[in-house]
Amino acid sequence: MSEPISALNHASYDGIARIEECGLQGMITLRGDLSDKVVIKVVKDATGQKMPGQRQAHVDGEIGVCWMSPDELLVLVPYAEVEAKLAAMANALSGVHALAVNVSDARAVFRISGASAREVLGKLAPVDLSPAAFGLGQIRRSRLAQVAGAFWLDTDDSFRVVCFRSAADYVFKLLKVAAQPGSEVGVY
Amino acid sequence: MSTRLANQGRLIDRSKQVTFTFNGTTMRGYEGDTLASALLANDQMMMGRSFKYHRPRGVVASGAEEPNALVGLGQGSRFEPNQRATTTELFDGLSAISQNHWPNLEFDIGAINTHLARFLPAGFYYKMFIHPKPFWKHIYEPFIRQSAGLGKAPDKDSRDADTYEHFYAFADILVIGGGVAGLQAAKAAAQSGAKVMLIEQTAHWGGRAPVDGGTIDGAPVDKFVEQTVSELEAMDNVTLRLRCMGAGVYDHGYVLGYERISDHKPGTQGPRHRLWRIRAKQVVTATGAIERPLSFAGNDVPGVMLASAMRDYVVNWGVTPGERVIVATNNDDAYRTAITLKKAGVDILRILDARNAAGMLADEARALGIRVDPGRAIAKVKGGKRVKKVAICNQDGIGGAREELECDAVAMSGGWSPVVHMWSHCGGKLIWDEDHAYFRPDPDRPPLGANGEGFVVAAGSANGPLSLGDVVADAHAAGKAAAKGAGFKPKNTKAPQGETTDEASMEAVWLMPANAEVQLRMKSWLDFQNDVKVSDVQLAAREGYESVEHTKRYTTLGMATDQGKLSNINGLAILADALDAEIPKVGTTTFRPPYTPISMGAIGGEARGEVFQPIRQTPMHNWHDKSGADWEPVGQWRRTYAYVRPGESVHDAVNREVKNTRENLGLLDASTLGKLIVKGPDAGKFLDMMYTNMMSTLKVGKCRYGLMCSDNGFLIDDGVVARIDEDTWLCHTTTGGAERIHGHMEEWLQTEWWDWKVYVANVTEQYAQVAVVGPNARKVLEKLGGMDVSKDTLPFMEWRDGKIGDFDCRAYRISFSGELSYEIAVPASQGQAFWDTLMEAGKEFGVMPYGTECLHILRAEKGFIMIGDETDGTVIPQDLGLHWALSKKKEDFLGKRAQERSHMTDPDRWKLVGLETVDGSVIPDGAYAVGEGVNANGQRNMIGRVTSTYYSANLDKGIAMGLIKHGPDRMGEVIEFPGTDGKSYKAKIVDPIFYDKDGEKQNV
Repeated sequence: MSEPISALNHASYDGIARIEECGLQGMITLRGDLSDKVVIKVVKDATGQKMPGQRQAHVDGEIGVCWMSPDELLVLVPYAEVEAKLAAMANALSGVHALAVNVSDARAVFRISGASAREVLGKLAPVDLSPAAFGLGQIRRSRLAQVAGAFWLDTDDSFRVVCFRSAADYVFKLLKVAAQPGSEVGVY
Repeated sequence: MSTRLANQGRLIDRSKQVTFTFNGTTMRGYEGDTLASALLANDQMMMGRSFKYHRPRGVVASGAEEPNALVGLGQGSRFEPNQRATTTELFDGLSAISQNHWPNLEFDIGAINTHLARFLPAGFYYKMFIHPKPFWKHIYEPFIRQSAGLGKAPDKDSRDADTYEHFYAFADILVIGGGVAGLQAAKAAAQSGAKVMLIEQTAHWGGRAPVDGGTIDGAPVDKFVEQTVSELEAMDNVTLRLRCMGAGVYDHGYVLGYERISDHKPGTQGPRHRLWRIRAKQVVTATGAIERPLSFAGNDVPGVMLASAMRDYVVNWGVTPGERVIVATNNDDAYRTAITLKKAGVDILRILDARNAAGMLADEARALGIRVDPGRAIAKVKGGKRVKKVAICNQDGIGGAREELECDAVAMSGGWSPVVHMWSHCGGKLIWDEDHAYFRPDPDRPPLGANGEGFVVAAGSANGPLSLGDVVADAHAAGKAAAKGAGFKPKNTKAPQGETTDEASMEAVWLMPANAEVQLRMKSWLDFQNDVKVSDVQLAAREGYESVEHTKRYTTLGMATDQGKLSNINGLAILADALDAEIPKVGTTTFRPPYTPISMGAIGGEARGEVFQPIRQTPMHNWHDKSGADWEPVGQWRRTYAYVRPGESVHDAVNREVKNTRENLGLLDASTLGKLIVKGPDAGKFLDMMYTNMMSTLKVGKCRYGLMCSDNGFLIDDGVVARIDEDTWLCHTTTGGAERIHGHMEEWLQTEWWDWKVYVANVTEQYAQVAVVGPNARKVLEKLGGMDVSKDTLPFMEWRDGKIGDFDCRAYRISFSGELSYEIAVPASQGQAFWDTLMEAGKEFGVMPYGTECLHILRAEKGFIMIGDETDGTVIPQDLGLHWALSKKKEDFLGKRAQERSHMTDPDRWKLVGLETVDGSVIPDGAYAVGEGVNANGQRNMIGRVTSTYYSANLDKGIAMGLIKHGPDRMGEVIEFPGTDGKSYKAKIVDPIFYDKDGEKQNV
């Protein structure tokens, strides 16, 4: 196996917020009945986290689980551990109607951090990103201008943003425009 | 002359002088000036020429409603036409040019139109240019294009130097307008704890109340504004925004705000405009009121202004538009202008009050020594480029002048109209208020939200009240009502007490004098920007235009960039009078967003330059780019059309790739092909419904080509399906089809077969997929080592997981070229490394990458169809001879029943055949085949069309596929394809498979 390389290989930009491509992140799309005990246990075993409720994300660094839809989760694990985790999941889910599939390479992950991080994202996603409305533990599947994107907060002023790998270049340029110097909105 | 006064000017900073140019002449103003106030201070009374008659025009208003003072602002990459001087904040270095004149503002050839005015009445263009038909294109249109229009478009080669952005904001209550009403409404709303956003289009809070005077809770209005703003600023739940106009109110509490961040300081870092996309539970429109002009002859001569605007120029900017001023009015408010100007040292020659009785303000004016003439009117304003004289007559006459007075400015007031635009945008209804002669929001018929309740509340003058006390009280109540509407409990607070001089009631005056004779009516302007006069609207009524919407379009009343802010009510009153109907029966035209024009840049936001549109890239995109890729858009993807080497044309490159792939080894980046995982106990059953073929019987490890139809039977996608394990399939889709087919599957699963146990996941981008194609394909893979790719272990139409070299992969033995071919999928993050490895290992086998055009030619040589070429949404599999892919064993599949409809089984449907030109030439793309005879329109009958056409380097001739009537039954016949190049192409109908008919080459 050759060295895997993420879409933008850790590109970064400093404007009114810092934009970084985070590199490779293990990701598993898990579809199933989210109230099923086996599915709940699979999530717990893979991430140590409880089943998230609607629009919730239980993430700690590279590991966690995000609610994506009433029957879909995004499971985060270290990139190197995806195959092992998938195998364990497949094994545990053998008697359950569920789908677990590796999507690590289908995505790109960015970090937006700094005092204006919320505003930078608020220019591109039709989401109320005021601290009162969007806080730690929440995730939103939305759009970033013209492409799909999902995001959650790692700290109060640091977002992680997930998009499709093919759109990584577009999203990075988009975030750079949104973070251009002098573009502070001053509402949060 | 218009000039700067020694004192006054609450908005300017006299210690900060600013230099600017107008038509190249250097002028001076102060920080805080608008371009309009600065031009007036420099005695530049004339600011432009009108649209139709090129009449000299000066500024008539002081704010967003200005119809006349439009200029071209800035230069080069920052030039913008049609900017209102009244809303342009002055800055050092500003450069403005006037518009719509040639050769210059002072002397203009087009002004001859004003002498031809009697020949250019309403509807002139319709009547004149309708006949004869050919004249339109060659004579009329070029003439009209030359003479019409306001500002010039920016230079086509320059690019806007600024950036723009959107911002999504959310509030419980949005208050539009930051005058005293907006401030008070925001405060009353915010006291409930609701999240409030307050936006104001100008650079200042308080609106016009500080100019108009009065007290609130005993203090001057200025103090109230200052205090309320600081209270609001201190509240965490309030966001205040200046220079941000409410542009439009839409369904579901969606409002657009247009923020002009740096128009007053161009070139500063950051975006120039920001478009606020706001969601609010309740919207308060505190948009104030606009004064109406009076319709008298010569009311468009520079120096005739709205009374309130004249007062604004004196109080706000310390500029008087004239030294000897006449005031004409039908209400008390205009007396404030006379009083203000008089106190500033300006001579007020007369107040001509069309009424016979005035209120306390008249007493105050008289006490200052101003002569008030009741029942009098302006018969005519004389002067060309500025006011020289006013002829005075009785209001109730036909305009016989009693006296003429020399003067240099006229203030007019026809009463006030609430700004109901934001109320009306989303369906709020209006009622006619006879006492004030205005339309105001009907509180019982507001715009309705999703819950059936009103979501817009009008506040202050925008709701009707005009006196300070009523305005503040109304706004206070509106703020509370909005808080309640948004689900909050308003605080039990009292409205502040506003006090101002009581006013006597106004009297409607739609024409001055009331029975003005026709010569006067022909010079009485309603719409200044579009040059519509009283006589034009009356003519429209005589010609049968009874609907206000028709009259608007016939006369162009209210159709200019100001959207009739000054003219609509006056115009429809004239129409109502001409029709002998009541004003509310005639009604208003529709109020549409935006309130004033907003920049295209703001609408586009960030979407320009390299982020104009997303461009999807495969993991090998950069390699392609460096290797001569001539790009082709496929959906949002960019794919390589051909890899052009130095010295080659694109056509050369395609031919080289086509030959090399058949003779040696070609590599195609096939990563864009859609890959959907379909899994579950019912997945086989589900895929049997999705595809026309049987997929449930596919054995694990095998692949099958499948067709997908819509429920109407038409082909929508195709691709190879691989069975991964007992309950998992992987479905390949076309490049453009991945998201669409994923959605299609989900839709059926979620709406129709919600109880089937199937999950779908789109894993398209997880893999970099490389087609390794050609006689040497196996050799290069074997050289890299790893999995056994021999014919026996990995036969045609099967797949295996394994390793190629160091790469974990899934290898499919599938072929879209007819050659020995493997498609190898590796994780996307290793795609480039895998591609590099193949290129390196393939050197000895003659490897070359190939693009989509080569792919197309190779498949066309084999007669393989392409979704989007052979199909266009009206083609069914039977048209393409794909009967073999339609399962006869299955009870049902999507499209099955539709394909049994009579028109689907019609033997006259055009069917797929191969086409071979008689002389080897290439039939033009999209050409139609013609048959015998002509149709009802005298056109030759068509019997088919080309769907794919290429030059085949392998066969050294043009090959094509087409849909031809009775095609398969006409093998060998020669038919004709007229091209658009004047030539006609003759082609023989042949089998669509041109190359390796038995398919031996792919199965080795």
